[in-house]
Amino acid sequence: MLGEGILKGLAETARNFAGSFVSKERMTTVEYPEVRLPLPEAARNFPFLVYDGNDWEKGLRCVACQICEKECPPKCIYIEKSKDKKPDYVGKPQIYPAKFDIDISVCMSCQICVEVCPFEAIKMNTEFELSTDDRFGGLLLDRKELAKSNEYYHTIHPTEAREVDARLAQEKAKVEAKAKTAAEAAAAKAAAVATGASAAAATANPAAAPVASPSTTKAAEIAVAPAAATAPAAPKPVAGTGTDGPAPMTESEKKAASEPAKPGEGEPKA
Amino acid sequence: MIDRLDQIFVLLKHWILGYLPASLQTPAGVILSVVCIIGLYPALFALTTVLERKGVGRIQNRLGPNRVGPFGILQPMADGIKSLTKEDIVPTSADAVVHFLAPVILVVTVFMGFAVLPMGRNMVLVDMDAGLLFYFAMGASSELSVFMAGWGSRNKYSLLGAMRAVAQMISYEVALLLSSVVIVMMTGSLSLVKIVEAQNHYSYGFPHWFIFTPWGLAGFLMYAIAGTAETNRSPFDLPEGESELVAGYHTEYSGFKFALFFLGEYVAMFSISGLGSTLFLGGWTAPLAALQWVPSWIWFFGKLFVSMCVFIWLRGTLPRLRQDQLMNFAWKFVLPMCLLNLFVAALWRFLGEGLLRWVICSGILILAYAVMGSAEMRRKHFGPRTYRYAE
Repeated sequence: MLGEGILKGLAETARNFAGSFVSKERMTTVEYPEVRLPLPEAARNFPFLVYDGNDWEKGLRCVACQICEKECPPKCIYIEKSKDKKPDYVGKPQIYPAKFDIDISVCMSCQICVEVCPFEAIKMNTEFELSTDDRFGGLLLDRKELAKSNEYYHTIHPTEAREVDARLAQEKAKVEAKAKTAAEAAAAKAAAVATGASAAAATANPAAAPVASPSTTKAAEIAVAPAAATAPAAPKPVAGTGTDGPAPMTESEKKAASEPAKPGEGEPKA
Repeated sequence: MIDRLDQIFVLLKHWILGYLPASLQTPAGVILSVVCIIGLYPALFALTTVLERKGVGRIQNRLGPNRVGPFGILQPMADGIKSLTKEDIVPTSADAVVHFLAPVILVVTVFMGFAVLPMGRNMVLVDMDAGLLFYFAMGASSELSVFMAGWGSRNKYSLLGAMRAVAQMISYEVALLLSSVVIVMMTGSLSLVKIVEAQNHYSYGFPHWFIFTPWGLAGFLMYAIAGTAETNRSPFDLPEGESELVAGYHTEYSGFKFALFFLGEYVAMFSISGLGSTLFLGGWTAPLAALQWVPSWIWFFGKLFVSMCVFIWLRGTLPRLRQDQLMNFAWKFVLPMCLLNLFVAALWRFLGEGLLRWVICSGILILAYAVMGSAEMRRKHFGPRTYRYAE
């Protein structure tokens, strides 16, 4: 019968209309500024810089290697290297960004900076309420505005942050283990070469031992499986050049390293 | 007291006019009524926009606007301020005069229709003998403004929208007129006041509204369809189909001129609803004899409110028609039904009192509806799509 469908449709919308007054579950929207839906874990908007510890300036992971600046497709990152150096998370002196600006009016949220960063220093933020009345300055974020603590990173991307932490701890353990073996070898050599000159070895040993001892246990915990995968990865850190990381990882190695942590939970990174 | 309340606006007008010299009373009275109409309907329009947004929201299981004022009822104020403060842009290649005149003509012609609508007992601006004719003349000139807007903008979207609008409005204008003609046949008058009077008597407590007759019901349904199309409302909102034509004929309008088009559309809805309730739903008469003590204007505006709710309900329910469906429906279904309805009305008139005319008239209409409806439905079988390429 002609018009039957119209009546059916009218009945359906009338049911919706009346139902929306009685049942809260029907409602498809929430009243946004007051009520917020949790963002999915894979949500991303603009990048931010991760720092460890409490002081954002000291703890910044970024070593101003400028890879992200070069890789950024819309060229929204601007970095100026520092003249001096500060210790990074493994305690090696590194230069740091004296200036790190991201123009979020240009950024296209592609996440390439995150993917190329060998230091896990830049990550994607989920903050989206960035409107400002200053069209140019307000959308140009400097390093202070970009710096967010590692705890914050854990709150927005827990799975990913856990993987990153595990990876960093592993790197650190490896570097320290290497330093320890090097120190031991040096000590042994020194001991073997000149037993009489034990004073020199004694001064060399204490320098390496306190650094190495807490991390070796940690390394044993974390580096169960990936140790084999990452073993050939780490090139020897060249002390003194500064721009080189402790262990810059290539994309495939990174993947290999992150794989063992994955099957348990969460979506794959990127 | 009840009578006083019923006539409160009439008495108020006379009281105000009493302070004026006799020579000024007539023009002042007219101006007063016009000002009331021009003030009242935009206010109703403002309320309707928020009602519509909230109603459609509820239909879609949303809350609708609830930020400005309590429950969002001040939303139209915010909208109004926004449209007033917006830049008024006239495209360089547009015909400035035509571009400017189009919204003005639309609003003027739409408001002219209210001149002959009785909004309560003794509440009509001009009791014209040819009131219905005047109304349709004014309604038809709003098509002119639509075409002026589309043509004067010099924009293909506007022009396409205007073309669609004019095609649609002319097609449905025919149906609108023919569905109203049955009323004129039965009452023998074009005066809307007389048409209401003809429905203002009761038997067994029920009114003699024309909708309670077979031809009246059929006429009302045709009128409602044609009226919806005439005011470019969903599901007949092709002229401004925002998903395909940006905004149709008012694409190139911004700021207050756009607001005028919006106002014109809604006031036209009020006007069509008012005419529909006058013709078929007894205008300002009460739906039950026992309720006759309620002031007449409450009934008129109550019916207006109900029709607006139905408009909103339809908008929240139905998807937009395609242009060919729209035209087919107008010329192959609505128009033949209207013509048949004329015949049925004549039959009703000459069959005399009794049950027989009810049976015959309803039978003819239901049969025609079933036959034409099934014919309409049958054409909906589509085969697999085939493509023919140029060789």
